Amino acid sequence: MSTTLGQFNPLAITFFFLFIAISLGVTYWAARQTKNTAHYYAAGGNISGWQNGLALSGDFMSAASFLGIAGLVSLNGFDGLIYSIGFLVGWPIVMFLIAEPLRNLGKYTFTDVVAYRLKQTPVRVASALGTLAVVSFYLIAQMVGAGNLIKLLFGLEYELAVVIVGGVMLAYVIFGGMIATTWVQIIKAVLLMAGTLLLAIIVLSKFGFNPIALFDAASVKYGATVLAPGKLVSDPLDAISLGMSLMLGTAGLPHILMRFYTVPNAKEARISVMYATVIIGIFYLLTFILGFGAMVLVGQDPIKAIDKGGNMAAPLLAEVLGGDAFLGFIAAVSFATILAVVAGLTLSGAAALSHDLWVNVVRRGHADETEQLKVARAATLLLGVLAIVLGIVFKGQNVAYMVGLAFAIAASANFPALLLSMLWRRFTTNGAVASILVGTIVSLVLIYLSPTVQVDILKHSAPIFPLKNPGLVSIPLSFAVGIIVSLLTTERAAADGFDEVEHRIHTGEVGWGRDEG
Amino acid sequence: MDASENDRAASRTRALTALANERWRVSLGLTIAMMVIYFGFILLIAYNKPLLGTLLAPGLSLGILLGALVIVAAWVLIYVYIRWANNYYDRRIAKIQAGEL
Repeated sequence: MSTTLGQFNPLAITFFFLFIAISLGVTYWAARQTKNTAHYYAAGGNISGWQNGLALSGDFMSAASFLGIAGLVSLNGFDGLIYSIGFLVGWPIVMFLIAEPLRNLGKYTFTDVVAYRLKQTPVRVASALGTLAVVSFYLIAQMVGAGNLIKLLFGLEYELAVVIVGGVMLAYVIFGGMIATTWVQIIKAVLLMAGTLLLAIIVLSKFGFNPIALFDAASVKYGATVLAPGKLVSDPLDAISLGMSLMLGTAGLPHILMRFYTVPNAKEARISVMYATVIIGIFYLLTFILGFGAMVLVGQDPIKAIDKGGNMAAPLLAEVLGGDAFLGFIAAVSFATILAVVAGLTLSGAAALSHDLWVNVVRRGHADETEQLKVARAATLLLGVLAIVLGIVFKGQNVAYMVGLAFAIAASANFPALLLSMLWRRFTTNGAVASILVGTIVSLVLIYLSPTVQVDILKHSAPIFPLKNPGLVSIPLSFAVGIIVSLLTTERAAADGFDEVEHRIHTGEVGWGRDEG
Repeated sequence: MDASENDRAASRTRALTALANERWRVSLGLTIAMMVIYFGFILLIAYNKPLLGTLLAPGLSLGILLGALVIVAAWVLIYVYIRWANNYYDRRIAKIQAGEL
């Protein structure tokens, strides 16, 4: 089949500029509302549960989900679905263990919760390192995805595409902070769901609105193996390791956790996870249809001809079904998808640098609002530039794999310390710092020793560590170190503070606007 | 603070601690349920690929059906939690805060 992908597509460019114009309009409006740090980091706590549910969906469903999973399913069938399901099952964990206590205990970052009854300086420094490691890996994945996508969709140079994404994102975040970021994420979630639904309905209309008939057509065309687990997850331990990272990583992603401070109370936090899980679950169920639809209606060879990884399966499917106009719309939706995620990531990294490190460590909690806002915006600018540089340096990396690693670091560095600090009276400063540092360092080292780096990149004959994803080792190790080090140390103040933690987790009293220090 | 105020504060703390423990039991129980379902699915993928490839109908393999059911199971568990939190937990908290417990 012939495609206009990669050529100048005026409709795609029009949709693209329309989205940028609208989102910059939102940013202008948001900038006028942003008067202090509570607005900048948490949208003043004025976002409703339903709005936050949409924004969480927009923050979470990245290009790796929309383009990557549709591509994986179109080329590998069932194996691609393992990612769809893994990305969703983290949400119940966020709901049951994290969302409400986090909202009641913290102010702007999840570190507020870990540091609540522990010594501020060591915990905040360790936790900021963990946050920045996760944010960097996630940013690389998104920026590399953005560069490739815009190059393929609009025919622009890779580097220019990365600079455009970084620049537009910086405009949102520096001027509009969390208010603009939230609304960009909401608009994106609506566009993405509309685009996905429309694609799925048109695909299903060709199969009598029966998904099973679609799957059957796929198995007739490419063999029944596309409906069964295959070679993508050949090693059982690798499958379990990836599964652990995906499930527990969501509960440690700083940009997701930060969104719970934008709602007024714990009940709204609960409602927001409910809406997010429903929306994201529907989206991932629809990726079954999109992936198999692209497999049958576009065909595996044309998909591979455009991009070996299959990342262009969804846009190609749109072109087959609705021509240039639909391709342009889906291209613009994909672009919006990346921008919204990058904005959320940058804001959470900036909060770690300015709120955790500058205000609470360097200035010991004594910085006025004007200074805090200035530092927050400077940190945002710094991270935006870093994102652009990383995107250009890491050109050609596998996007879905990088996201998998970001989840592994989040699950090892952030999740154990966060859970133990809320659940366990005996948890100490030394335990928290050890857990965060061991989780971060061990997952990074194991990634370096993994087959992907040692064999695929460095071309050694055998890997030093056998698993592609470190979660199976690094997550239990981080828990174990946190528990053992805490048991070996005693910290009266931390244990005494637990009653207050418990009180605040459940009642939320004095939770909002509490002075740090 | 006189003696009766002290008593009230102490009983409030006891009620809150009891509810806190109950909340963690429910939360951890639901978490374990989600983990058993999801890792059960992953272990089937890892150790019994042919079973998941069994066709229940032309086009519908057991693997695809179970995969979709894992997503549905996540919704069901969240529904159970929301019901419990809205109908029981929130009311208990309100009572403790009003000093009725």
